Amino acid sequence: MRDLRTYFHVMDGVVRAVDGVSFSIMPGETLGIVGESGCGKSVTSLSIMRLLDMPPAEIPSGQILFEGRDLLTLPDEEMRKVRGNDIAMIFQEPMTSLNPVFTVGDQIAEAVIEHQDLSKKAAWDKAIESIKAVGINNPERRVKQYPHELSGGMRQRVMIAMALSCDPKLLIADEPTTALDVTIQAQILELIREVQDRTGAALMLITHDLGVVAETVKDVVVMYAGRIVEEGSVEEVLLAPKHPYTEGLLGSIPSRGKRGVRLNVIRGTVPNPFNMPPGCNFAPRCPYAFEPCGPNDPHILDASPPDVACWLYTAAPGSPTPPRVRPRLDLVEALG
Amino acid sequence: MTDNVPGMGENSNADEVLIRPAGGPMNVVQMAEGPQPEDFEVALESLNQWQIAWRRFRRHRLAMVGSAIFGMMILLAIFGPIIWPFDRLDLKPVAHSGGNPPGWMQDPRTLADPFGTDDGGRSVFVLTVNGARLSMLIGVGTAIIAVTIGVVVGSFAGFFGGRVDGVLMRFVDLMLTIPFLFVILVMARFFGAGDPIVLTLIFGLLFWPGLARLVRALFLSLREQDFVLAARAVGVSDTRITFRHILPNALGPIIVSATLLVASAIVTEAFVSFLNFGLKATDISWGNALSNSQQYQVVGNWWWAFFPGMAIALTVTAINFMGDGLRDALDPRARE
Repeated sequence: MRDLRTYFHVMDGVVRAVDGVSFSIMPGETLGIVGESGCGKSVTSLSIMRLLDMPPAEIPSGQILFEGRDLLTLPDEEMRKVRGNDIAMIFQEPMTSLNPVFTVGDQIAEAVIEHQDLSKKAAWDKAIESIKAVGINNPERRVKQYPHELSGGMRQRVMIAMALSCDPKLLIADEPTTALDVTIQAQILELIREVQDRTGAALMLITHDLGVVAETVKDVVVMYAGRIVEEGSVEEVLLAPKHPYTEGLLGSIPSRGKRGVRLNVIRGTVPNPFNMPPGCNFAPRCPYAFEPCGPNDPHILDASPPDVACWLYTAAPGSPTPPRVRPRLDLVEALG
Repeated sequence: MTDNVPGMGENSNADEVLIRPAGGPMNVVQMAEGPQPEDFEVALESLNQWQIAWRRFRRHRLAMVGSAIFGMMILLAIFGPIIWPFDRLDLKPVAHSGGNPPGWMQDPRTLADPFGTDDGGRSVFVLTVNGARLSMLIGVGTAIIAVTIGVVVGSFAGFFGGRVDGVLMRFVDLMLTIPFLFVILVMARFFGAGDPIVLTLIFGLLFWPGLARLVRALFLSLREQDFVLAARAVGVSDTRITFRHILPNALGPIIVSATLLVASAIVTEAFVSFLNFGLKATDISWGNALSNSQQYQVVGNWWWAFFPGMAIALTVTAINFMGDGLRDALDPRARE
């Protein structure tokens, strides 16, 4: 994906929900996208799937290359074939993502029939098979049940089964565990990781939960206000965060080691999307902000080293040497 | 939940069966390793939305009574005229120009002329039974036409939105600004010439805008549901989403308003005929019976108007109760 921009034209102006985001996922790889609410994670994934209503959404520039084809320029009918077949998506809300009036088997079989030249019977068998593959017992019975008869965890398993029914090459999981309770979260993550491993599909996991990222993926992209601020392997980003925002995120997680210590809070709030600060988006909240941050906009593509968009690491125009202030290591140590 | 419905012994047991699968503990057992208590599951009964609705409808006593009466009226409309045919030329002497009063007023034991007779000595009972056919036909026919047009227009407007929606809804607004009574009377006079089919068409063509608005509103809210997004994400086409995913979810309110349309069409037929704008004076309907009974202005021949009038009132009330029960039964938010 190269320099994706997704803007929303709304009554009060233009919201740049995704503003120049680039990353790539290789077959069989796992990538986590992290960031707080409203940073553009979900919009990024919906842009890849081309599931945004246009208007109000607009993708003025960028490329989403999937196996050499730019998804953004595919005709609608072609794109429909890509959805579900090549790229599948798991949604945040298993309680509402299944149609209440059909059995889960019908819904999985429907996805199969859309993409594969199979008879109803064969599609139904495939539905049973895929339900079995996500660890649901007694699949022959379960396929005949309606969504309201299943618990949240079960429904999320069904959603995963549906996503996997056509053997997609890329699986996008948009906060797949947010709506589930903690005991089920671990099971679902384990399941996602396991099926990803088994099918060799690439996985893009979107979440605001750094714990989920640590357990599930290999590489991470941290987003803030529609931009990527830092990227790297899970170990690099979580254990030695470079960007002050990543550091702040990590510092705000409660942990056993920090018992009795006040949690770190990132000061201020996400900037008003209609009125982004001129330079670095994070500068108004950044504890390390200095002169270049106000007027100059750091971009990860221009950065060197190329994994963090911050003037602490890259020489800003006008100030020849970056100060290279290391983030506060005490925080990192406290996290273990 | 079962505590809320005292005195529903047999049903509350059945309900527990419904609650269980969503409840959780069972599913935890399901996921556990080791031997599965399969017998435990046999108690589960898969009920779809319609079966649940039927269960709830059966509990609505007034609605059950209403449906029984409505069912009887339908049977009467179909078979009544065969059992008690109406013969316009079967004249009998009458006591005064308004017809004979019901037989039981003279002799409580007689079954002759239970509803009295009209000015020609013909039984008002037979007249009422025969009137059911046209009145019900017009009522049901109107509902079918209005629902068909309303659903098509409403779903197009609701699903596609934008310009399609704008044009269709402005047309609906236009239809609703037309003075309804006036147009019905004029159209019935000019196109009707007393033909019941033409009258049904006129009613149907005038009754749909309200329903179109309802369907549009349902579609507007349903298309934003997660399951529609999920269906799009697996590559289901727009037409399929409209008719397979959204329409079945909107069916409840549509059915409710269809029943209520039957009632209002029956009333409308009655009053249009009463004003002599509707059916030919020689056609037999409840509205015509009311109209004809007024012609002689005979004080005291109440039976001629009373019994057909009661038939209208009874049918309309029954349908309204039925609609009420359907509304409760099909409302997904109502859980006993």
